[in-house]
Amino acid sequence: MQSKIEVVDLQAWFGTHHVLKGISLKIPDSSVTAIIGPSGCGKSTLIRCLNRMHEVVPGARVEGAVSLDGEDIYTAGIDPVQVRARVGMVFQRPNPFPTMSIFDNVAAGVRLNGERRSRAALATLVERSLRQAALWDEVKESLSASGISLSGGQQQRLCIARALAIEPEVLLMDEPCSALDPIATVKIEELIHELKAHYTIVIVTHNMQQAARVSDYTAFMYLGELVEFGETAQLFTNPTRRETEDYITGRFG
Amino acid sequence: MERCGACRGGAGLTMRLARRRLVNMIAQAVAVLCTIAVLVPLVFIFSYLLAKGFSSLNLDFFTQLPKPVGEPGGGMANAIVGTLTLIGLACALGLPVGVLTGVYLAEHGHGRFGWTVRFAADVLTGVPSIVIGIYAYTLIVIPLRSFSALAGGAALAVMMLPIVARTTEEMVKLVPHSLREAALALGVPTWRTTIWVVLRTARGGIVTGIMLAVARISGETAPLLFTAFGNQFWHHGLTGPIASLPVQIFTYAISPYDDWHRQAWAGALVLLSLILLTSLLVRLLTRGRLRPVL
Repeated sequence: MQSKIEVVDLQAWFGTHHVLKGISLKIPDSSVTAIIGPSGCGKSTLIRCLNRMHEVVPGARVEGAVSLDGEDIYTAGIDPVQVRARVGMVFQRPNPFPTMSIFDNVAAGVRLNGERRSRAALATLVERSLRQAALWDEVKESLSASGISLSGGQQQRLCIARALAIEPEVLLMDEPCSALDPIATVKIEELIHELKAHYTIVIVTHNMQQAARVSDYTAFMYLGELVEFGETAQLFTNPTRRETEDYITGRFG
Repeated sequence: MERCGACRGGAGLTMRLARRRLVNMIAQAVAVLCTIAVLVPLVFIFSYLLAKGFSSLNLDFFTQLPKPVGEPGGGMANAIVGTLTLIGLACALGLPVGVLTGVYLAEHGHGRFGWTVRFAADVLTGVPSIVIGIYAYTLIVIPLRSFSALAGGAALAVMMLPIVARTTEEMVKLVPHSLREAALALGVPTWRTTIWVVLRTARGGIVTGIMLAVARISGETAPLLFTAFGNQFWHHGLTGPIASLPVQIFTYAISPYDDWHRQAWAGALVLLSLILLTSLLVRLLTRGRLRPVL
């Protein structure tokens, strides 16, 4: 397997709180990697380190290396803004821009970056992104309606469309279904299946069934350390580490 | 006496419920009374102004210059234009600085410097307006050797600053952090995120703050007395003395002439209507279909 992202001895802190204690793993290209583990084990922090969003929080600090296609995104001279344009992110709670229409939400990444594109080019981009996010048919009649007029599940797919519109190579998803009902969750999971043909997806989830359903590779984290990483089928049926087995069989966590 | 335990509990519950309803009613009544008490002065002032001033309002009042003592008629056209000019100048000078200060305080003002700026702004809110007038007099009128619209505008701008800065700060702080993160994660630089996401989301609240500040300064008389000074004629440029409604009302109200008193009432009515109208207009203009959330 060819790796898209390579994490080497990654350490992260919030103030004095040591959250990630030397994580190393290789995330394969064009596949879905799930990160599971109990609350507070550093799953979200790990993926926020992959697009340099961790440092946005005051007092947060990172050490170690994260390479994207072999290039370390933490070397001096790399602008986090460029990294984030290549590594998109979907958050736990849907967060469309409340002052913008559905259309403007999807076009936001391009527009806010000051790129000038014709109305027609933008419309094409918006339609393609909404189709990719499996939302087009539901909103094509009401593109000028407010982004927050949609239901929770639709809002989350709008946020996925917004992230896809900047044409990233990697899509990070931080518990994207935790605020959604089961039907909306199924839709997002189907979407993940379709998207992995073109994107490398890293998804953090609390839900082990979900990890088993959507991912090709799974990483199990515990107390800021990576316990086990491997193919999902193998990790869930025949884990090599005792802690992994205990966690996936529900004996702790 | 024949009642079982459960029924006694039931009776106690009914008693408690009755008491709660009573307390609720009293609290609601007090709240309604307080609301009325707030509205009464506004209604009273406005209707009194209407009664006293409306009869003196006519086309001349809006189009004519003041007439010399003894000649009836005339108007306050120059003072109306003057007040609008002064407010415009104050906004041009005060708004950018005030809004940007507020943004700075909300986004980066966590340290000692932020605390100092915040404290200074709060003190500035409490500085008597006549003192701000003296400051503008010393800094602008004396060096330029002339009363001027510029000095008046600057004095009013200083009065606006703390109000605009502090309301902007509070409104920007209310914008959910998740929206900033959403924009940053799209690869949008911080400064663009602040302008196009944060300020845009907080727009409604900031506009309210600005309108409050404008309403506050448009009636100010003291800081204009020795900066803009006043003028019985049309002003020439921004470096000469300029008339304004508050100063004109003041001058007319302390005069011994009945005709001038009537004009002062009319002026006060126009000033209040001007403030009400601009507030209403701005509210309508900023209320789009995509309503600001704050």
